[in-house]
Amino acid sequence: MAGYRRRLYRDDAVVLRTQKLGESDRIITLLTRRHGRVRAVAKGVRRTSSKFGARLEPFGHVELQLAAPAGEQPTRSLLTVSQVVGIALHGGRFLDDYPRYTAASAIAETAERLTPEEGEPTLRLFQLTLGAVKALALGEHAPTLILDAYLLRSMASAGWAPALDECAVCGTPGRHRAFSVPAGGAVCGDCRPPGAVHPPPEVLGLLSALVAGDWGVADGSDQGLRRQASGLVAAHLQWHLERGLRSLPLVDRGESR
Amino acid sequence: MYEGAIQDLIDELGRLPGVGPKSAQRIAFHLLSADPVDVNRLATTMRRVKEVVRFCTTCFNVAEEEQCRVCRDTRRSDEVLCVVEEPKDVVAIERTGEFRGRYHVLGGAINPLEGIGPDQLRIRELMARLSAGTVKELILATDPNTEGEATATYLALLVKPMGLTVTRLASGLPVGGDLEYADEITLGRAFVGRRAV
Repeated sequence: MAGYRRRLYRDDAVVLRTQKLGESDRIITLLTRRHGRVRAVAKGVRRTSSKFGARLEPFGHVELQLAAPAGEQPTRSLLTVSQVVGIALHGGRFLDDYPRYTAASAIAETAERLTPEEGEPTLRLFQLTLGAVKALALGEHAPTLILDAYLLRSMASAGWAPALDECAVCGTPGRHRAFSVPAGGAVCGDCRPPGAVHPPPEVLGLLSALVAGDWGVADGSDQGLRRQASGLVAAHLQWHLERGLRSLPLVDRGESR
Repeated sequence: MYEGAIQDLIDELGRLPGVGPKSAQRIAFHLLSADPVDVNRLATTMRRVKEVVRFCTTCFNVAEEEQCRVCRDTRRSDEVLCVVEEPKDVVAIERTGEFRGRYHVLGGAINPLEGIGPDQLRIRELMARLSAGTVKELILATDPNTEGEATATYLALLVKPMGLTVTRLASGLPVGGDLEYADEITLGRAFVGRRAV
């Protein structure tokens, strides 16, 4: 009985993406707490009679039981979802707010891109992703601020944090005026490479506030500064990822708050 | 691995959605042993589909003429327009026999993760149809999943300033089911969308 040889394990996860498979199935991409990013087949979830299809919509925080085929490493193969319990099904909160939905999509794609290997545990990124999705669902801050804070912090967890309070080249401490994506962040006057930009000092201040979680400063910033900060964050992210995020150009910057 | 034509057929069948290598092999050997008349009829039908079928110039449903059957039907109301994602959704709604208006097929739903934004859908064509002023009610019948709901939200924001009545298909409990087996999201939506009796 092959069914008895399947290896079952439980974990909680954020649903990052769903893709149609066959007649009525979906492949669900999940960022799990203990097993990193995994992909699993959810059978029959596109049917209206599905018992757990609604719980596997993107951006939800769920607890799952996953089954791995016999004789294979549990997290290195396509798994099967056998049970799902909703912990916090955030998806519904984004449905009436298009900017929040597009920001959540960019967060999900970033999480997927920052976990190139399936089954590699990334607890810090899981916590960041869960926190960002929760913050978006609660609507405590503007969606683009939450997105940029997430991008900066997730890049830091991947080792790509932009230098903001010191020169990225020589390490001289202080708030420098120029910003160079290839150099890795703010650069001093002596190290400034050709092509470096000169954003207003408040933009780098906003980036520091987003990294530090100083929401008083971030929420008080104006739209122009936010747009410039988002541009620097996106450029920095895409430089390190080498390939652009598909969802980032589609983020609705018309703030809903 | 087979040689020549049979392997070519297996390879081609294997490129179809939902058909794996084993299924492709099974279908190929079925065709090999089938009556040549049946196989020729299948080949002719497949060729004809590519030659004849196109998208309706008005609603983008599949059609064999300039306009689809629904758009040609003069008995249908021009005042109610139902927006769906795919041509198969038109068929599903037509099966209900409850709708006598027109359709507009978007060609998908907004899905930033797949790089599909509003510009990749037939939203510009929808706005052009609505600007003619004939439509009084727009029914958003996109799928009840995250992408479909986001698309409906986007369209509602876009269309509301035009002064139309914008409605969304109700979500709730399936007919014939037991309440205790309903998932919390469906049951929650059924409560939100409850109606007076």
